[in-house]
Amino acid sequence: MNNLRRNLKAVYARAYVRIVGMNREPSWVVFTIFLPLLSVAAFVYVYKATAPPEIINSLLARVIIGGAMLAFWMNVLWGMGNNFYYEKELGNLDLYLMAPISKTSILLGMALGGMFSTTIRAIATILLGAVLFNVSFTLESPLSLGLVFLMTLTSLYGLGMLFASLFLMYGRGAWHTANLMQEPIFILSGFYFPIKFLGFFIALLASFIPLTLGIDAMNQLLGGSFAKKWSLLPVNLEILILTGLTAVFFALAVKALNFMETMSKKEGRLTLRYM
Amino acid sequence: MSILKTIKYSAWLGWEMDSNWTDPFLFFLYSIVRPIAGTFLVVLMYWFIKAPEDLFSLMFIGSIFYMYIFNVLFGVSWVIQEDREHYKVLKYIFIAPSNIYLYLLGRALSKTIVTTIAVLITGVFGVAFLGVKISLTNPLLFLLTLALGLTGIAAFGIIMAGVSLLTARHNFFIGESLAGLFYFFCGVIFPLSVLPSWGQIIGKMLPMTYWLEATRRALLGFGDPSLSDMPDIKILILLVAFAIGFFFISILSFKFCSNLAKKKGILDMTTWY
Repeated sequence: MNNLRRNLKAVYARAYVRIVGMNREPSWVVFTIFLPLLSVAAFVYVYKATAPPEIINSLLARVIIGGAMLAFWMNVLWGMGNNFYYEKELGNLDLYLMAPISKTSILLGMALGGMFSTTIRAIATILLGAVLFNVSFTLESPLSLGLVFLMTLTSLYGLGMLFASLFLMYGRGAWHTANLMQEPIFILSGFYFPIKFLGFFIALLASFIPLTLGIDAMNQLLGGSFAKKWSLLPVNLEILILTGLTAVFFALAVKALNFMETMSKKEGRLTLRYM
Repeated sequence: MSILKTIKYSAWLGWEMDSNWTDPFLFFLYSIVRPIAGTFLVVLMYWFIKAPEDLFSLMFIGSIFYMYIFNVLFGVSWVIQEDREHYKVLKYIFIAPSNIYLYLLGRALSKTIVTTIAVLITGVFGVAFLGVKISLTNPLLFLLTLALGLTGIAAFGIIMAGVSLLTARHNFFIGESLAGLFYFFCGVIFPLSVLPSWGQIIGKMLPMTYWLEATRRALLGFGDPSLSDMPDIKILILLVAFAIGFFFISILSFKFCSNLAKKKGILDMTTWY
């Protein structure tokens, strides 16, 4: 019982630091809300320049949803995947490993804190995007939408925990890998165009990234009939797959964390900096 | 040390620092995959909507040449952040018997070379597989535009590097914001005329807009319709002013910023925590 309480406290403490840390500089809030809006705006104008009027609202809704969800992907890559790398560089990693808590609690705290802060930014992107670009969303089933959002985030942050474990051993390689997983994933997850356009099998393969299914389901629930025409799978099935992915990623993350920690200790890389 | 030697060794150092985490082949792949994917993302949007061919070509050229703006402008200002906060060597570079401005130019050179490879590969891919018709209608205009544009962009990067010397925890946002602003207002992936009138006014005040326009005219034979009333020579004069003006501003502003940073004792501050 004491052990559980200690670990829950660790989860809370790590989440608290993340929430406070991400907001310690007020100007960051402005930057993190308006920066994604710039790229969203650019993609909005691509469709404004090219799309026929009858489908433009649906496409703009997709761009705004994609822009909002992009914040989560960036948070997973940089705030989760690369976090142990940062901690190693700053000298905190040793302290985490010495503390009488599970390393999974640290990752879980990071995930919850990151989710909270990023959700606020994502909501701001959607609201501002809808107002600035005059986009209307057709909310069909709030319950399904809530469920899709929740399962997308849990599976996505499960993947983030897995990344954190895998990146633990690597130095700048991890940094560059995270860099490399930006634009290609923007394509494969269908942030700005329906993923089904790439063909069913590519879309199916891309579904291992939780955002692919999450974004597809959200567009079906918010983007009107055109989004439904380009949907990949039925929403309920997508929720089911996302639930499965959550379980798989969490289990893999715990296993990978233990394995990488042992290996890093053996090879003496755990506290090695500037590599 | 001679000017060329400093630039050469800084460029070599930049290459080593950027690439020494992996083998050259993997680094080569890494260097081209991300920018190509960035271009391809917009290509897919255009394909999905079945946009007109001319518009697609304009977007394609804008998109691949924007790589220079992102990688060189943002990359050079990031050098300060990286050297100061990650490797913690900035103070040693300042006291070394070489000129820091030339050092930054050298680092810009290595980023320019890597970006040029990515631009070439994406361009060839565009012509071979995406149906982009690059006819190189005016090679002289292209070479002049490229040289002037890259000089201006590198100088702009050094101006931002100077600002980075004085700022804490904002360097990433400053670079990204500028890159984002240029991406939006310069008509990189859509014609300027789509923007609201206030957006077009801002776009027409930015030198990068004219750089991309001249590049499109030189490579495709046509440019953004909303800039069609501007003759090539006028654009070239603007680009000359941009390159020379920013070059001198970068020398003065970097000197000012580095002196101020020394005076304030923040040359080696650490803010990544």
